Parts: sequence; C-alpha cells; structure tokens
Amino acid sequence: MNQFTKKFLASAMLGTLLAFSAHAATLNIHNGGDPQSLDPQKLSGDWENRIAGDIFEGLVTEDAKDNPVPGQAESWTISPDGKVYTFKLRDGIKWSDGQPVTAGDFVFAFQRLVDPKNAADYAYLQFTIKNAEKINKGEITDFNQLGVKAIDDKTLEITLENPTPYFLNALMHYTAYPLPKHVVEAKGQDWVKIGNIVTNGPYKPVEWVPGSHVTTVKNDQWYGTKDLKIDGAKFFVLEDQEAALKRYRAGEFDIMTDFPTDQYEWMKKNLPGQAHVAPFSGLYYYVVNSQKPPFSDKRVRQALSMAINREVIGPQILGTGELPAYSWVPPGTANYGEPAYVSWKDLPYKDKVAEAKKLLAEAGFGPDKPLHAVLSYNTNDNHKRIAVAIASMWKPLGVDVELVNAETKVHYDQMQRGQVEIGRAGWLADYNDPDNFLNLLVTGVQMNYGRWSNPDYDKMIKEGNAETDLKKRAEIFKKAEQLALDESAALPIYYYVSKNVVSPKIEGFVDNIQDIHRTRWLSMKE
Amino acid sequence: MIKYALRRLLSTIPVMWIAVTASFFVLRLAPGGPFDGERPLPPVILKNLASHYNLDKPLIQQYLIYVGDLLRGDLGPSFASEDFTVAQQIMIGLPYTFTIGTAAFLIAIIVGVAVGCLGALYQNKAPDYILGALILVGVVLPNFLIAPILQLIFGIHLAWFPVGGWGDGSIKYLILPIVVLALPHAGRISRITRGSMIEVMNQNFIRTAKAKGIGPRLTVMRHALKPALMPVVSYLGPAASYLLTGSLVVESIFGLPGIGRYFVNAALNRDYGMVLGTVIFYMVLIVFLNLLVDIAYAWLDPKVRNR
Repeated sequence: MNQFTKKFLASAMLGTLLAFSAHAATLNIHNGGDPQSLDPQKLSGDWENRIAGDIFEGLVTEDAKDNPVPGQAESWTISPDGKVYTFKLRDGIKWSDGQPVTAGDFVFAFQRLVDPKNAADYAYLQFTIKNAEKINKGEITDFNQLGVKAIDDKTLEITLENPTPYFLNALMHYTAYPLPKHVVEAKGQDWVKIGNIVTNGPYKPVEWVPGSHVTTVKNDQWYGTKDLKIDGAKFFVLEDQEAALKRYRAGEFDIMTDFPTDQYEWMKKNLPGQAHVAPFSGLYYYVVNSQKPPFSDKRVRQALSMAINREVIGPQILGTGELPAYSWVPPGTANYGEPAYVSWKDLPYKDKVAEAKKLLAEAGFGPDKPLHAVLSYNTNDNHKRIAVAIASMWKPLGVDVELVNAETKVHYDQMQRGQVEIGRAGWLADYNDPDNFLNLLVTGVQMNYGRWSNPDYDKMIKEGNAETDLKKRAEIFKKAEQLALDESAALPIYYYVSKNVVSPKIEGFVDNIQDIHRTRWLSMKE
Repeated sequence: MIKYALRRLLSTIPVMWIAVTASFFVLRLAPGGPFDGERPLPPVILKNLASHYNLDKPLIQQYLIYVGDLLRGDLGPSFASEDFTVAQQIMIGLPYTFTIGTAAFLIAIIVGVAVGCLGALYQNKAPDYILGALILVGVVLPNFLIAPILQLIFGIHLAWFPVGGWGDGSIKYLILPIVVLALPHAGRISRITRGSMIEVMNQNFIRTAKAKGIGPRLTVMRHALKPALMPVVSYLGPAASYLLTGSLVVESIFGLPGIGRYFVNAALNRDYGMVLGTVIFYMVLIVFLNLLVDIAYAWLDPKVRNR
C-alpha cells in the first residue's frame, strides 16, 4: 500500500471514528475560510481566531460578552506610571501534554513573535511592548532586551514603551498566546502539525483536513475542563454562504458565522430568532484622495459625504439593517463613550443635499461643470450595489462617477500607492479601543489610503496615547475625531454588524461588539 | 508502442518548462502581491516576510531558486497555508478529488454511452426524444444551478443525502456531488455516441451483418460499438483531466476538501508557489491522460497501432 492510499484510508477511518464519537455535544460551526495555520503567530483572519481562541489561552481571556477576564494569569498589578504589568499565573496550569505552563513559555512566545525570522504578520499588534518594534526591525538583536521577563515560573513582568490603556485587550489577541517552548524547540516548524501540537486552551485540535474542517476535543489538562458543556467542535471550511445556509437548514451546522444578506428577510420569517445581527466593531467607509485636486478641497469631500444617504444603505441596499455611520469610531467602543459626530448629522437629507450642492458650487463644480470622479471598489456584490447607489446619490450634485472594480489584491495595492480618487475600504477592530480606528487617519500610516494629513490631529493622537487617565484620554481623542470629521478626512458610511445564525439548541451565545464567541461559554440542549 | 510513448513523454519536457517559466513571470507581473489585503502590513513585517520567502531577491534569482527546488522535487511553500507545503496540500486534496472525479467519469461513460446507443437505435422515435431532452438538461444547466437544486430536494426536503461535506466518506456523502459532476459529461458523451453510432450503423459492414440475420443488439455490441466509440475516446481525455483535477464549483458548493479550488484561490491570493504547483500538477496529469487516450485509440483502431 503506497503512502497516498495509506493517507487516504487513514483519513477515511479517522473520519468514521470521529463521526461515531460525534454526538449532541459536538458543536458544528460553519467557519468560512480555510485556516492558514494553527500557529497563533501565523494567523490573520477571524475564522482562524475562532479556532485559536478555543485551543489556546492568553494571560487574559474573554468572557461571553468579550470583556477581559483572567485567563492563564489569575491576577495582575499595574505600576503607577502604567508601564509595568506584573502577572501572577494560575496554580497548576498545564499544556495538553501535561507539562506545566510557565512564565518562560510566555517569554518564549513573545520573543518568537517579534523575531524578524519568524515573519509574523501581526507582530505589530504587540509593538507597545518595550523594544518589540526595534527587535522586529532588526535594530536590537538581543532578545533579552524585550520588555517581557519571567521573574519566576509563576510571575511574568511586561514593560511597555508607553502607558497603553488598551493593553489588557491587546493581550486577549492571539499574538499574545503562550507557546509550548519544549515542543516548538523539539519539533521546529512541525510543532503545529496534528500529532505534535500541544495547546493550553479549553480544547485541543485532533484533526485538520485542509479545505474541509478542523476538529477539537476537550483538553483534560485545562483548569476548567469540568465546567465545559461542549465536548468539542468541528470548524467547517465553506466559503459559499448559500451552500452553508442549506447545510444549516439540514441540521449539519449548529452555528453559521456569516450569511447571505439577501436571505435575511427569509430567515426572519422561516428561522425565527436564529439570525443574530448585532453591532460590530467595524466601519465601512470611502477614502478620498486628499492629495489630488479637486479632492484636496475640504468642501468637495464634505459635499460628497453629505450627499450619501446613509439611512437607506443598511435597511434597503444591504437588507441587514447596518447602522448609518456619522462618526469615525463606532459607538460602543471601549475606553471612549459616545464618539464625535459630523456637525450635519441630524439635518434632513434634502437639506444635506442642498448644502452639498452649495459647497460644490463654491468649489467650482455643478451641473454646468460636472465633477468627474473615479470610484474604485474591490469585487463584491455588496460593494458594487453600494457604489452604484452612492454614484446615483451624487448625480444630483453634478458629480459624474466612473465605477472601477478590481480584485481585492489589486484594489488594495492601488489604494496603498495612492492611485485611487475615491476608494472603498473597511476596518474591523483588532482590539476594542478608539485608537484602533483613529490611528487609520494619522499621517504616514499605511492604512491612511486617502493620505489626509493634519499635524494637529497627529499631535492629539500621540498625546491621547500617552495619557494614562482614561477620561482625559477619551476627551483628547474625541477632539481629534471631531477635527477629522470636520475636515471630512474620509467618508464613514456604515458600522458593520456581525451576522451569525445560531440554532435554538445552542445556549450561551451572547452578541458582542467584537463578535467573539468561545465554545467554552456555550452549551447545547439535547 | 513503448518507444512511441516514451518519445511522447520526452517531447513534453520543453513544453512544460516553457509553461512553468511563463507562469512564473506572468504571475509576478500581475498587480498586487501575496501580502496585500484589507489590512496592509507594516513595512518591517513585509520586509521580514519577503526575506522569509526569498521575495526580496532579484526576480531571476527567485526563478533559479524555484527551478532548482523543482528539479529536486520540491514545489515550495504555500503563502496561504503555512503549515503545509504545496506538495503536501496537493497530496491531501488528491484522494478526495480522485474519488469523486473517477466515479463521475465512470458514470458519465456508462450512462452517456448507454443513452447514446439507445438514442441511435431508436432514432427519431419516442425513447430518443425523451432521453435526448433529459440529457439536454444535464448539458445546458450549469452545475452551480443544478447543485443547489439537488441539495434542496434531496438534502433538505427529502433528507435522503447530506447537503454537503465529506463526512466519513461514505457513499451517501458522495452521491450528490458525483451526479452533479457526471451529468454534463454524460450528456455530451451521449450526444457524441448517438451521432457516431448512427453513422456507423449506416455503413456497409453493418448492413452485411444485418443481412446475415444478426439481431440489432448483437450487431451493436459486436460490430458497431467499437468503431462508434472512437470520437468518444477523443472526448475522454479532456473530460478526464477536467474531472480528475477537480471542480471549483462542485467542491465549493458541497464543501469538499479536494484540489479543484486550489488554482483559483491561489491565483486570487497571489500564492505563487501554489499556482505554479497546480499548473505543474495539471500539466503532468494532462500529458498522462492524453497518453492513455492515445493507447486507447491504438487498441480500438488497428490502423493507429500499425502506424
């Protein structure tokens, strides 16, 4: 029997065994894309986060509502200057192979994360840690200078470059998960293969068929295993949402993590209470190239922004009721309170259009001298529908819109090169803090596709980030946000919503702003 | 025959080299890189990634590294799936694609030839019209339309089969995707068989056979089928390469872990290693299948064998 046949038979047999072992307490999740890796330092997608957050656990973890709660650390203290965090690890925490999880495993993981040789996509999320960025850039080669130290096996000290109020939220991110040093050192790159991988979360992976699914089972070594109601999960790869909905209807999936928006009305009638649409920490927006005339004129940008009828996009164009966005930071973001809003938010739409016409006329444009604008978006039915609708909203102003679509890679390549006039973009928060959104408009930041630049704004963001008093910090940020909105730095359109479909037999699923729902909080009715 | 086959195989090497070289450079010329996306990475991270995958080296050096690795049998890493190399991914997906593809291929031949023969024997009569109309449905309707309809009827309403997934690999999981894959090919094979069979049945040697009093069934099986299958065999090469390389649509709709979706996904992700790996895999498969078709031709037609 050759290798090929052996692998095939082994996979079929394992599949059969798992199918027999699968009973009511196995959660079947439609997870969307194929995971790039099970190594938490190689991930970048929410579909990977769903698996990683079940099999690994950081110092801090999330509760069902996505609030930070103690994870591998039972407690922590923060120095008065807000720069030094000292974590006390729980007693008896172990890897799934029974080896203890030590402070050294965290040090090892953080050092590996910032090691340039490891080329971790998301290493920059932990650049708030002292010397992390310099090590990643190769400016410092002594990894001991990283601000992560093991005082002893049970005590970990993390020193930051500056006080960072959202640091505990950033520790919930998968880039902050510990790694089993003993396995990574013994197995090298293969440490993450099924059969080798060792994890410290509530579950451990036991099967991965690329293109099909990842299967997890309870990790008996985890400190809270006895309280787990779900025995394990199967995370299915399936990008075709229509097909996924059919499988959900046939009872093959218990949870869908996204659904076709045009089926929302049907689901409300036929699957009552199962479609969860909830505010999500994300913003859909258009950038306007503020380096290129006439878009460098604030009046042109504001006119374009005012003429977008945001109230119809969520309910009528998308059909899932996304809320209109008049701020840059989505409401409900932690450490912030109510965001700043555009001054014209509450004007009736016809008044907004009248004002927009006036502004464009002042800038030298109107029906006699139309403004030609190229609107670029990445290929997607919803992006297209929105672009067509907005182009028609701009038409009465005398704006002649040329729509250009390109595949995602090409679109973002052009956006980064500043080759678009008006371009579609979106941002989902990595961590729950206003800085994650406000940073998008800072001069020189890569995601600042419109290249809007204002020294006062940059100064305020820097000041806010150095402020340890959360109330004062929020005030500074709000001023900065107001400035960006007054300048129409970019055009916010709607706040994203999370779209899950949850079977009535699942309990404990709580909608939250980061759309994170760990299996450990769920249970299943028989 | 062996010499002929070897000569054919050797002659494909320059073609494959040209295809790999062209694919390599065309892919690099395409706008957008493997690490572009909704979330641009900081320059320092991009630099580290480029260095990790040798993308910071001059293009010609990257090409030489790739060809060098290829000659050693290494298809390189995949950017989109870091835990598996390109070769490992293809080996993981192959059994699934081959299982579905082979079954669909055999069903398409059996059903297609049978329906085609019946159509020819009952030319312009009721069975010909009925079968012709049914088969037309399979040919005309695209599989992205047939698949959801079958899922809805047999998966959700009747609940006879699972709607998707590989499950434990048992036959109930495979029937719907196999039917969807086989249907258009069965349709085309039946049309080709019917036309060819009608032509053969009008030839002198068949008339002689009939004059000798041989029944229609025996005439078809013993005398007409073999020559009538010649055009069908020509179609089988491309059909087999299509079915055995997997179908993006069928694998996506049924959530199957085969290799059909690799090429398109890899091209969209600018996953250079995976695109080149699948190009090479497809080329090797097509060369091999065309060789098999030639051998089948030789078996069916002694004139080809003696050429």
